[in-house]
Amino acid sequence: MATLLTESGDFTVAATDGLWLDAADVARATGWTLKPEGMCRDEACVPLPASATRDGRVDLAAFWRLLGAPVVADSTNAVWSLGRAAEERNDALAGLVAPDFTLPDLEGNLHTLSALRGKKVFLSTWASW
Amino acid sequence: MWQQLFDSLKGHDFMVVAVAQDSGGAADAGKWIEAAHPTYWSLIDVDHRVSALYGMVNVPRATWIDEAGRIVRPPETAGSTDHFRNMDPATNTLAPADMAARQKARAYYMDAIRQWVATGEHALDADAARARLPRATPDEALAHVHFRLGAWLKRHGRAEEGATHLATASRLHPDSWCMWRQAADFNEAGLAAGPAFWERVRALGDKPFHPPPDLAGFRGR
Repeated sequence: MATLLTESGDFTVAATDGLWLDAADVARATGWTLKPEGMCRDEACVPLPASATRDGRVDLAAFWRLLGAPVVADSTNAVWSLGRAAEERNDALAGLVAPDFTLPDLEGNLHTLSALRGKKVFLSTWASW
Repeated sequence: MWQQLFDSLKGHDFMVVAVAQDSGGAADAGKWIEAAHPTYWSLIDVDHRVSALYGMVNVPRATWIDEAGRIVRPPETAGSTDHFRNMDPATNTLAPADMAARQKARAYYMDAIRQWVATGEHALDADAARARLPRATPDEALAHVHFRLGAWLKRHGRAEEGATHLATASRLHPDSWCMWRQAADFNEAGLAAGPAFWERVRALGDKPFHPPPDLAGFRGR
């Protein structure tokens, strides 16, 4: 079992040989779906080299590097952190659509920024430290 | 502080979303949230996800979002100033003039938010907003995944290995005070404001710790 930290959250997945995962787990944790033409998300597909897929499984770390996006693991390859490429963030911000997120309040209730459409929003960060 | 702002704008289609950049979660941020009795959204962000998404490198930072979900003011300092840098290190106190200037600046920023909500003033057009956006580098993107991993390891009893990833993150993204202070030693008040912090602030030289927001009339220091 491995823990996968992605933009969608924290996931427990059955990983083998590094970060080889069942395609269904990849889709659940990253939004990327394995299709005959490659890995697809929204309208876009990225061809996957034969070395990175086998029997419905995907070498997610290899795919992530192929995307040019950052990936790092702990010393035991049990926890993987997958991020967004710099240019992807820059492009997203340049569209000026406020990047969406879902976060808990103190009681654990989840709130999603985009649910506030129709209101002006003052989004501010702070910290206890 | 945001509760007062939010209360003063009752009747407008407006929401404050205050997000704690606290890897310790409710254990660290909880008492502050309880004390504020927020009726706005007060959220906890253990991964500093909002800072990563919006390119924020310190707190408090804010971005203004219009009714259509578009950024009309990119991340900027949310009313704080650099007057604290004049603090007397022996007594940890600020001269009255600095205290007053700091309060004035904060009030000025709060008023700007109110004007925006009421009339749309201070919203930037798309080109101006775009020109003020922070730009991520590959090193920064890598820093965020190290930070996320380090914070996770620390929360799960692997503080030592976590610390190495947090240090890597800070080295890759040295502009981020959030990454540095979250990983730094906290003093008895729970603040990452020890000698190493002050040394890092001094090393800024003429550079601001809280760059003043681009609002005519705002005085940041």
